Amino acid sequence: MSETEALESMIGEEYKYGFSTDVEYEEFPKGLNEDIIRELSARKEEPEWMLEFRLKAYRGWKEMVEPDWFNATYEKPKFDTLQYYSAPKNKPKLDSLDDVDPKIRETYEKLGIPLEEQKALAGVAVDAVFDSVSVFTSFKEKLAEAGVIFCSISEAIQNHPELVKKYMGSVVPARDNFYAALNSAVFSDGSFCYVPKDTICPMELSTYFRINNMNSGQFERTLIIAEDNSHVSYLEGCTAPMYDEHQLHAAVVELVALENAEIKYSTIQNWYAGDEDGKGGIYNFVTKRGACRGKNSKISWTQLETGSAVTLKYPSVILQGDNSVGEFYSVAVTNMRQQADTGTKMIHLGKNTKSTIISKGISAGNSDNSYRGEVKISKKADGARNYSVCDSMLIGQTCGAHTFPYISSENPTASVEHEASTSRVGEEQIFYLMQRGISEQDAISMIVNGFVKEVLKELPLEFATEANALLNVKLEGSVG
Amino acid sequence: MLEIKNLHAVVEGEDIEILKGVDLTINKGEIHAIMGPNGSGKSTLSKVVAGHPEYEVTKGEILFEGEDITELDADERAHLGLFLAFQYPVEVPGITNKTLLRESYNTIARSNGKEELDPLEFEDYLKSKLEIIDMKDSFLERSINTGFSGGEKKKNEVFQMAVLNPKLAFMDETDSGLDIDALKIVADGINKIAGGENAIVLVTHYQRLLNYVKPDYVHVMIDGKFVKSGDRKLALELEDQGYDWLENKTMVNGEAQ
Repeated sequence: MSETEALESMIGEEYKYGFSTDVEYEEFPKGLNEDIIRELSARKEEPEWMLEFRLKAYRGWKEMVEPDWFNATYEKPKFDTLQYYSAPKNKPKLDSLDDVDPKIRETYEKLGIPLEEQKALAGVAVDAVFDSVSVFTSFKEKLAEAGVIFCSISEAIQNHPELVKKYMGSVVPARDNFYAALNSAVFSDGSFCYVPKDTICPMELSTYFRINNMNSGQFERTLIIAEDNSHVSYLEGCTAPMYDEHQLHAAVVELVALENAEIKYSTIQNWYAGDEDGKGGIYNFVTKRGACRGKNSKISWTQLETGSAVTLKYPSVILQGDNSVGEFYSVAVTNMRQQADTGTKMIHLGKNTKSTIISKGISAGNSDNSYRGEVKISKKADGARNYSVCDSMLIGQTCGAHTFPYISSENPTASVEHEASTSRVGEEQIFYLMQRGISEQDAISMIVNGFVKEVLKELPLEFATEANALLNVKLEGSVG
Repeated sequence: MLEIKNLHAVVEGEDIEILKGVDLTINKGEIHAIMGPNGSGKSTLSKVVAGHPEYEVTKGEILFEGEDITELDADERAHLGLFLAFQYPVEVPGITNKTLLRESYNTIARSNGKEELDPLEFEDYLKSKLEIIDMKDSFLERSINTGFSGGEKKKNEVFQMAVLNPKLAFMDETDSGLDIDALKIVADGINKIAGGENAIVLVTHYQRLLNYVKPDYVHVMIDGKFVKSGDRKLALELEDQGYDWLENKTMVNGEAQ
């Protein structure tokens, strides 16, 4: 499959990833208690410290109250009827692609994510997570040659316990917040990546998340560590079948960048968004945080959020090392009844730290789109600088856009700059372009693409075309 | 080329008639000027001819090269060779002038069965037109009208017109808000594009532009109708006497009574 074909097959009219795959599951009873967690940990043959981490998180979670400060209204997930572990029965030991259930392989083919290395997008290694478990990771050997470890988090717990133990929970503590605590207690799988000192990761890494099972929540955990003078670029993609019930996706992503290291983390999120009346769709409640621990380190989040019924997500950077850099580039698109409350936090601790926030929200239909961001400059962060731009675009008359910026600075030498704008895709703009011979649909996508260009150019080249097309499909027919 | 017959139009969804029976014939190579006081319907006429969705034609028809275009969408009219230079050019951030023009040029060429230009050929073609409005290459890389001064926006309209080379262009108050230097550049540009088979309609308040671009015909619109037509001398008369002497006159056989 050529790159273009692969990209084209990922893009469809309507939501074309809404199919489900009929596989046999190894399932747990619904609901959550310590026994379930012990059983989960035992089934995964985890070491004692991992179980302790989970139990500590669970005990913390039980005491916590589900937050409700978001600018979104939704029926709360029913935690006692949720299934916390769901794995395809024929789960192989991940050694060979031949061991992967053909039905699951087919699923990824259909999604345009071929797992066979010879069919892959040029230069992209994939970790495929199906419901709760990683089913396959490609190009492991090639990466290993460069010293890069890229595998499922379960494997990492077995094979690289010292790294996992050292870093897991060091950026997002087990009891950080309600959903992170829940994830820490029950996370089932996810991706792990370790880039050693003085290494530029030779490929784009990507994880492809797929929720298939109707009643299961997905709780994956991603941990990326970039040692001194290393560089890695990582992309995650997400889809799910169309079910009438809401499904919960509560992931945790932790990034650690040491001296002079750079991590670029990109997301193309296209979970099922529910139907026009708001029935079904994914609750995307995710905690993503990166720590720039070393001097001159850099973490950059780029996200294109187009799916999910409700998105609550604030990828953040803790700028600890002097001269470290944090970036957040986001396009959040909502249509129909979708609600998104998303943004970032930039916490400046080190000297001369620098952060950039570029957020573009597009609302159409009856959706609601909020930017929520915090910039915090601590006492010691001399010379810290932040620049934020939050632009909103409204398509039609029945959608909403909101901006909630929180800025606090305890250091007089710091500079913080915030700009915000709201615009409406107007009849005049469309008429202007149509008068120049451009069709109405092309005019709309031109206007929208122009609006988000600044952000999409940050995506890895391999995925930029996909992102653009996804955006156009998403907004098709939204002006009429 | 263009034949407008007894054209009546309202704002979509409202009862108030803005155009109240407009007749106009324009032939190849002609330059027409439409003058009139504020609110007389001049700009509306330009927009209705270009196919603005805000207006609804309630009576009459617009023929372009013999074809009834009254029901066509704006982009289809553009493909036929109709151009509107906007009174208030619209900003489209993030899309460069060059991108828009290449898309426009090629879309129009395609719909006319003509050859499209590849990016390199197009770049050369664009640059050859830049001198018409006395702008630098960097003008091409700027987002459409975004952050342009008033004068730059108007020059951009003339530039786009030069690039797309339409058979008929309506220029809606392209002269308003320009200082004398910019006015000369814009007028020069129009003169370079005019001539040959292309026809141009200048919609303007003032006679000032007509010192530089000499129209073959001048029409005066008052209250949604043409009340008087004549040659260039009519524009000078208007400058002397204002529009008052023409108010409440109706046209019979091309003469105000």
